[in-house]
Amino acid sequence: MKLSDVLVRCLCEEKVDTVFGYPGAAVLAVYESLRTSSLHHVLVRQEQAAVHSASGYARTTGKVGVCIATSGPGATNLITGIATAYMDSIPIVIITGQVKLSLIGRDVFQEVDITGATEPFIKHSYLVKNAQDFPKILKEAFYIATTGRPGPVLIDLPMDIQEEQIDYIYPKEVKIRGYKPTIEGHVGQIKKIVKLLEHSKRPLVCVGGGVVLGNAADELKEFIYKSDIPVVHTLMGTGALPTFSEYNCGMIGLHGYVHSNWALKHADTILFIGARIADRAVANLGIFDENANIIHIDIDPAEIGKITSATIPVVGDAKSILKGLTSLIRKVDTLNWREEIESKKKIKEEVHPKDAVNPKLVVRKLSEMLNDQAIVAADVGQNQFWTMRNMEIKGSRKLICSGGFGTMGYSLPAAIGASIGNKDKQVVSILGDGSFQMSLFELGTLVQEGINPLIILFNNSGLGMVREIQRRNGDLKEHGVALSKNPDFTAIARAYGITAKTISDEKEIEAALDEALTSHKPYFLEFIVSDKESTL
Amino acid sequence: MKKHVLSVLVENHSGVLSRISGLFSRRGYNIDSLSVGETEDPTVSRMTIVADADESTLEQIKKQLNKLVDVIKIIELKEDTAIYRELALVKITADKKTRAEIIEIANIFRAHIVDVSKDSLVIEATGDQGKITALTSMLEPYGVKEIIRTGLTALQRGEKELKN
Repeated sequence: MKLSDVLVRCLCEEKVDTVFGYPGAAVLAVYESLRTSSLHHVLVRQEQAAVHSASGYARTTGKVGVCIATSGPGATNLITGIATAYMDSIPIVIITGQVKLSLIGRDVFQEVDITGATEPFIKHSYLVKNAQDFPKILKEAFYIATTGRPGPVLIDLPMDIQEEQIDYIYPKEVKIRGYKPTIEGHVGQIKKIVKLLEHSKRPLVCVGGGVVLGNAADELKEFIYKSDIPVVHTLMGTGALPTFSEYNCGMIGLHGYVHSNWALKHADTILFIGARIADRAVANLGIFDENANIIHIDIDPAEIGKITSATIPVVGDAKSILKGLTSLIRKVDTLNWREEIESKKKIKEEVHPKDAVNPKLVVRKLSEMLNDQAIVAADVGQNQFWTMRNMEIKGSRKLICSGGFGTMGYSLPAAIGASIGNKDKQVVSILGDGSFQMSLFELGTLVQEGINPLIILFNNSGLGMVREIQRRNGDLKEHGVALSKNPDFTAIARAYGITAKTISDEKEIEAALDEALTSHKPYFLEFIVSDKESTL
Repeated sequence: MKKHVLSVLVENHSGVLSRISGLFSRRGYNIDSLSVGETEDPTVSRMTIVADADESTLEQIKKQLNKLVDVIKIIELKEDTAIYRELALVKITADKKTRAEIIEIANIFRAHIVDVSKDSLVIEATGDQGKITALTSMLEPYGVKEIIRTGLTALQRGEKELKN
């Protein structure tokens, strides 16, 4: 069988039904095999979007996202998407075409060393040199992408190899001697955690993206209900616990809440689960009491001890370890501690510039109107925190954004991927005028796919977050942040055949959202926001 | 900071060396030397990495290396339980007058003369780093033209084996 046909057949074996890609000279054989297969190929408008779409698809379906691109510029265009997926641990398998094996290293047309270029920010990569190895490599790629700490895996496939005849034998099992992720937590360590928590006066759980990715929200809930221990979360941990759970003490970090950060600072024992303790979340190490006991649970051993040393480290899967903890833990008396945290909640009155729409209000209205299964993709910048702080987590709602890498232009392709993977769900992409212009060409993909996400654009005529920093910092002056000659975005959306509307009066918010959400077609809503609107 | 000797079993295929050296440079770990060669199992290579690191950095180096799919196993080889060796080739100015003296020094260090010409000698020496350094400093006054050192390679003493 021709290798490219084997590829398609193996993808079907892996239960892949959708691939995001962009063709080119070095993947012609693959495209010919795709043409005659049952796989749905989503033609994006630029390769970076293929990875973001695959990421949105993976995060909202629990399946692996698959991307295909050609050699050279096709491959290098993927790079930002790969780095984005790597930082947020998203399982993606990427197939790139490569020039003929015999020509590698000669700088021929559209040749680039993509395995070398992506090496610092990819979980693993392969350059296929021997066609017979390919089925094993593909099997390994899916296994590595999805197990342990998930991440992107790339397979670089030379053109001549794609055409080779090989036997179709797809291995059933994977055995890689250098790759054995630890799933079960060490029982002794789990017992120690329980003892430590039960003897703590101000215990706190801090959940990160690992709990969301590890599908451990239910196990977290059981543990919390049984132990009575309050919870804070990181940006990526959003979604692990309903917003209005009595135990949810909110988001920590630079853009988090005062009472959440206060809780982190005053806890005597902090149980980090699937959180990297990253700079944006913990800002600096002074944020927690230096005498506090640090328990760190992560599936990636390298995350433990990277930033701070842990009193009790445990390597393993959040789901399995939380189950273990729940089975042993007794109720901890945290009533006073929780009341204390609650008392630090500052109900800040929202000051917001007149004569413009309050974006936070838009998100809250949207949150009221969306159903419990909705998927919301935020971009990067002010719109990200307007969304993450005001969209309520309930039911099986999912909020996604580019957390670790902070990649502008993520939201629209991610929402497209999510829509394709969840045809029956409400999907919303929230963007700013800066981030929209990094991916606006993806409106083409959206329309061609016949999907119906709602796009919400907060237009504040500039790069709001950077502008805010420049204005607030006495040493800086505003520069290079104005998007003063923005086009008529609704006209662009309409040119793509998408119904579009501009709203500059707050009274119109509800009606506009209602119309958009009940239209059952793609909809573009632009809200005119003041340039003085703050992030928090 | 202390020097640590890591013995690392890796898959023997292209690209592995670049993954490992890339890891050290992008995470800012100091690497003193790295030597690599095939093992008794031709699908496995063994690297000896000498790293300059404090304890917590060393821990991270091991964990980050372990994260690479191509890395099979890592052990730290401590000086008292392992044999450290390095090979050096030294090209030195030597004429009729100095040749005998230089050969005598080489003999003391159990080094070999592997090449001789009218005006030079090449000495091959093996030993731990201290010995090589002592030899080269003894040879310096005669005029060292070139030195090449392989970097450290090491093996555990006794019956213990590093197997995949």
